[in-house]
Amino acid sequence: MNPITANNITVAYHRKPVLQSVSFEAPEGKLIGIIGPNGAGKSTLLKSILGLVPKASGDVNIYGKTYRKQRQIVGYVPQRGSVDWDFPTSALDVVLMGRYRQIGLFRRPKKNDVKEAMSCLEKVGMEQYANRQISQLSGGQQQRVFLARALAQNAHIYFMDEPFIGVDAATEKAIVQLLSELREQGKTVIVVHHDLQTVKDYFDWVMLLNVRKIAFGPTNETFTSDLLQKTYGGKLTFLDQKEEEGVPFA
Amino acid sequence: MLNLLMDPNTQWVLFGTTLLGITSGVLGSFALLRRQSLIGDAMSHAALPGICIAFLITGEKMMGALLLGAGISAYIGTYCIQAIVRHTRLKMDTAIGLILSVFFGVGIVLMTFINRLPSGNQSGLDEFIFGQAAAMVSGDVRVIAIVAVILLVITLLLFKELKLLIFDREFAQGLGLPTTVLNGLLMTMIVTAVVIGLQAVGVVLMAAMLIAPPITARYWTNRLDHMVIISGLVGALSGGLGTFISAPITGMPTGPLIVVSACTLFLISLVIAPERGLFVKAWRLYQLRKRTAQEQILQSLYERTEEQYEKTETIDAFSREALEALRPLSDFRFKKAVANLQKSGDVEAYKNGYSLTLSGCERAHRVTLNNRLMQMYAMHELQFASLPMEHYNWDFLSIPEDDRNSLDHLLKEHQLQPKLLHRLPETERINR
Ligand SMILES: Nc1ncnc2c1ncn2[C@@H]1O[C@H](COP(=O)(O)OP(=O)(O)O)[C@@H](O)[C@H]1O
Ligand SMILES: [Mg+2]
Repeated sequence: MNPITANNITVAYHRKPVLQSVSFEAPEGKLIGIIGPNGAGKSTLLKSILGLVPKASGDVNIYGKTYRKQRQIVGYVPQRGSVDWDFPTSALDVVLMGRYRQIGLFRRPKKNDVKEAMSCLEKVGMEQYANRQISQLSGGQQQRVFLARALAQNAHIYFMDEPFIGVDAATEKAIVQLLSELREQGKTVIVVHHDLQTVKDYFDWVMLLNVRKIAFGPTNETFTSDLLQKTYGGKLTFLDQKEEEGVPFA
Repeated sequence: MLNLLMDPNTQWVLFGTTLLGITSGVLGSFALLRRQSLIGDAMSHAALPGICIAFLITGEKMMGALLLGAGISAYIGTYCIQAIVRHTRLKMDTAIGLILSVFFGVGIVLMTFINRLPSGNQSGLDEFIFGQAAAMVSGDVRVIAIVAVILLVITLLLFKELKLLIFDREFAQGLGLPTTVLNGLLMTMIVTAVVIGLQAVGVVLMAAMLIAPPITARYWTNRLDHMVIISGLVGALSGGLGTFISAPITGMPTGPLIVVSACTLFLISLVIAPERGLFVKAWRLYQLRKRTAQEQILQSLYERTEEQYEKTETIDAFSREALEALRPLSDFRFKKAVANLQKSGDVEAYKNGYSLTLSGCERAHRVTLNNRLMQMYAMHELQFASLPMEHYNWDFLSIPEDDRNSLDHLLKEHQLQPKLLHRLPETERINR
């Protein structure tokens, strides 16, 4: 059964359509990239799957059931800029938030939860910063804290919104490493991505999105110049191999 | 004074103001972190018409009814603000200003009307403007106490959920927390904390009780749980102090004194708090400048000596001008740093200038080496991106051997290894 089946998703903010009739079925155990220009609705697509924004139409199934029933197997890494990093809390504390559902309402985190959170920090190479206040972390380190929090959710499907934005080379390497580990464990990871140069290296499957779904499939079939042109219009100027082939991008 | 403290009435009042200081401190922390402190201001002003209407309906000054009225109209005001932001082009600040003045204006009109009524002559509603703690009776305090306990228990039980709600609402929603309910609950709790403080502090200044304690607490900690506790304590202390000072003076409004106490605590924290306090910051900067000046002189001396030794195999003293040509320092800093370096035995002064001692040469070697390794690191940042320099305090002499070796190799490539220390013949080192 497919990890994600989306049917005819339409989202509008104040009547402005942001996503129109997006349907797709994501294969299991793959790294899936979502690419498209700014404002194409990539974040909105993730949020609508997670039920964070109201849908004007459509429904989403996670392994055949509604998201509500499957929350516990879904992990989420929001865009880093979506929170206030001056908030008085430590890296470890943020990672613990990934376990709040397991901990349960009214209860406090136990030793076991802390141990689990520490091991997630270790997986992203951040254990030495566990007690650091989050504003004193670099952008890349903050991103890794967010990843560790998602790992602490111990999910089967992960959604990540632009995890590579504004991170240092070390973090980029750590994230790529982590993504392939997740794939080896048979998990499905959907990543909103902006850097077209790395799409072929990072992702097995890719979705081209610009309000509507332009294409979705294995990277080598989907990440082609004419489909990219359809997604980005004439804005594309830099894809090296395209230039070698002499396909003009004005 | 002591007599006054023994008076059961004063004890009740003190108890009441302390309690509401705690609640406004605790809930103010959440309001501050959600950037909703100013909504607190609108809430308290918006409570005034509710108080008046409750008085008009009941015809007497019944605290329970007045607080209920206050809560309802504060809630309506808050709701209006959010509705305005959502459905019009107006921004939050405009909406807050609008609601605050409209509700407060209506409240003042109603209050004037009540004071003209035969029954309202001595209504005592005026005390809600600037607060009059002395007017509190034991019944009022009991109401406050019950409400305060409820608010604190809810905060304690839902602490981690409220924390997540404020830090990352979407993630909370993704986890399946009932964010809409939690959000409404938090809003209600803040309104309640505002309302129970109105009698003692007054609608005009109540918002300060939501703001001053948490910003004070923020100076002392980087953890939310500690911040909430400290903020509650600051609120309690301000409530107590303000009451204590205002109680013996007839007609002295309590609200302003409580707020002045809170602001004083804030100012003290601003100056003396660890890490973020102005005093510590100034001291750190002073220490940093002092060390930097010394290290700059040491490195300049090292480089001049290195250069000359290469050519003539002699060691000389160098004039201030020769050193300043490499790294200029102000007159004051130069003299001070040289004096310190002489005192620590690293530098000696001669007629024609300054020279490194043997121990100074070693120290200067370390400084120079570290700075040049830093230069290599910066040049080849990508290669060393995984090196947690922050962890090593930016001390390149303490990094793992592998990384150190590759940096050393780069130094050699750029012909930048500091050579002086190892070249000095034994005799020269001692006898100069
Ligand atoms: N909360 C919101 N209210 C109104 N418009 C929004 C909101 N969030 C996003 N939008 C609009 O929806 C469009 C898609 O946004 P988004 O999904 O964030 O794009 P992407 O992530 O692809 O850059 C943009 O035009 C954006 O301005
Ligand atoms: Mg986005």
